Amino acid sequence: MTKIAIWKFTSCDGCQLSLLDLEEDLLEIAKHFEISYFLEASSKRADPPYDISLVEGSITTEEAKRKIMDIRAQSKYLVTIGACATAGGIQALRNFASLQSFKQRVYPRPEVIDVLPTSLPISHYVRVDYELQGCPINKLQLLQLLYSYSRDLRPSFSSGSVCMECKRRAIPCVMVASKTLCLGPVTHGGCGAICPSFGRGCYGCYGPKETPNSASLCQWAKDELDFDPLALDHAFKKFYCIAEGFKLSHES
Amino acid sequence: MKAESKQPVHLSVSALSRVEGEGGLWIKIENGKVLRTELRIFEAPRFFESFLIGRHFYEPPDITARICGICPVAYQISSTAAIENSVGLTVPECIWQLRRLLYCGEWIESHGLHVFFLHAPGFLGYPSLMDMAKDYPKEVSWGLQIKKAGNALIRAIAGREIHPINVRVGGFYHVPEKKELESLLDSLKKGLDYSLQAIKWIGSVCSFPSFKKEYTFVALKNDSCYPIERGRLYCGEQALALEEFESYFTEEQTDYSHALRWLDSHAKPCVAGPLARFNLNYHPLPTFIKDILKETPLEYPCMNPFQSILVRLVEIAYAFDEAIKLIDKYEPPEPCYLPLEPCAAVGYGISEAPRGLLYHRYLMDDKGLIRGAKIVPPTCFNLASAEEDIKNWIESHLNDTAEKLTADCEQLVRNYDPCISCATHFLKLKFL
Ligand code: SF4
Ligand code: SF4
Ligand code: SF4
Repeated sequence: MTKIAIWKFTSCDGCQLSLLDLEEDLLEIAKHFEISYFLEASSKRADPPYDISLVEGSITTEEAKRKIMDIRAQSKYLVTIGACATAGGIQALRNFASLQSFKQRVYPRPEVIDVLPTSLPISHYVRVDYELQGCPINKLQLLQLLYSYSRDLRPSFSSGSVCMECKRRAIPCVMVASKTLCLGPVTHGGCGAICPSFGRGCYGCYGPKETPNSASLCQWAKDELDFDPLALDHAFKKFYCIAEGFKLSHES
Repeated sequence: MKAESKQPVHLSVSALSRVEGEGGLWIKIENGKVLRTELRIFEAPRFFESFLIGRHFYEPPDITARICGICPVAYQISSTAAIENSVGLTVPECIWQLRRLLYCGEWIESHGLHVFFLHAPGFLGYPSLMDMAKDYPKEVSWGLQIKKAGNALIRAIAGREIHPINVRVGGFYHVPEKKELESLLDSLKKGLDYSLQAIKWIGSVCSFPSFKKEYTFVALKNDSCYPIERGRLYCGEQALALEEFESYFTEEQTDYSHALRWLDSHAKPCVAGPLARFNLNYHPLPTFIKDILKETPLEYPCMNPFQSILVRLVEIAYAFDEAIKLIDKYEPPEPCYLPLEPCAAVGYGISEAPRGLLYHRYLMDDKGLIRGAKIVPPTCFNLASAEEDIKNWIESHLNDTAEKLTADCEQLVRNYDPCISCATHFLKLKFL
């Protein structure tokens, strides 16, 4: 049986929760896969090696750096799940600030807080076989991915944008209809354009698509939507704040 | 046996399983006394309050949701309430009712997860729900159906179950049609039925250790309904204004744990969450729920934290019943949100996350930018109390094997359903 292990670093648990949210499908998975390590759901632990390691969360401590190396060495395929593991997550906002000031605001005794000054993606430290996007990931994509890897196939998801998914669903465009900023044109698809279907602009929680033209979208937002530069900066500085395609936008 | 010949005993659980987030337990026993009980939290801090600074007033619902993947709605409601409170924006009752309905979905989903995936396997001696399913297929399927119904409710109102996208300051981006919600009624009614059956099942199949303590409960309270999205703050019998929260309770960063915790005005631990809500709000529970409890060991008041699993099921049943009623009365709010005019002000928001009360405070400037933020998640209250329970338990069960004690202590921690990722203020402990 294919052995899966689920690992957590700095995160909100939302992506691994997607696995439990598969509900009945989870029982089906448990029949075909051996869940070797999944602390949130089971007290059972099986020894390495593992066929598939799913990794949630970003690296923010020295100890995590060591642990991710071990996990890589013990795993045939290593897949990151979600924005934290794939792009450092929202906690990577600290990378733009002074760690000291961040600590001081939250803790009366900041000196005892022993963490790295950065929150970085897993791929910064080890080789990653596949990165599943989203904050949180789409649980159906996760299911598809597990089946692909269990058959030694590389999963293939479209690299298109949210905008394409939106157009396919024939949702009225919020940028046109209500002059609302939408990051759909530059955001990686996968969610099925949830936000536009609720009349709201995409806020980029699946990260930049391949070769996004964020600079052009920013220009357009300033010229056509009269969008405030600070608000625009904040729009890109969220769950994928250090991802190249989004970083350019708030640095330009 | 001479006292000095007794060896100190250490119990440790290097990584707690079936809890949300990463934590461990370290206990030192000497001469029949527990010298130290340390709930070690490995979770690295994420500094949410720091990166809210300078953000626009409309951003906290999406940003703070990411503190916890299991209770994002709680973060969205407490944060919007705080921001609306700061400028004195009164949101119409119909929007509050839709928030309550959304929140019911989160209670169902989150409690369903805890009861069936995390807590019940511990009582029945299985490593996980997946293993329990072999012997209890029917009961496990109730759990999965319950959770699924809760998730479907959240999805219908707010787009997706984890980090929903539809909550905004002042209301919603879009409100569902009545018939969309009515299509959920069937699964909600079944869910209600399963939860009532599960109350009887858990009541009969689990043996609850006789363990009691005089707790101080902290929860919201309402006159006529159980508190979910709103209510008046109480610590025991004491009513508190929201503005008093940070002065009445004390925040502490202890020497041994370097963890921020919140204690009552006498610097004693208090308990938030299902047990607190149940004891402070038993009366407004519907009669049919109270009647079913007569067939279980759960009594009011309940001072046995192990029975919190039954209280969670009671709250699941309540949330299903409430959701059904709210859908019956539902008319789509029009408009779906009220715009907010920023001004320099401070605001407070509090609601009952599944694990207990969740407090937010924001300071805003006249441009609508956030200048100060404070978030107190329920786990900040509960960990100190969990440590006390462990100490009392061990001192009264010294003859048990280390293995049994360890398993019981893990279960004592799970009683509180600690949400370690959401306890943004916890850190790894240093060994002594
Ligand atoms: S990517 Fe988002 S949902 Fe996933 S763990 Fe990180 S914060 Fe949570
Ligand atoms: S609403 Fe957004 S995602 Fe949809 S078409 Fe318009 S820009 Fe693209
Ligand atoms: S539309 Fe954009 S922000 Fe909304 S869920 Fe999809 S990727 Fe995330």
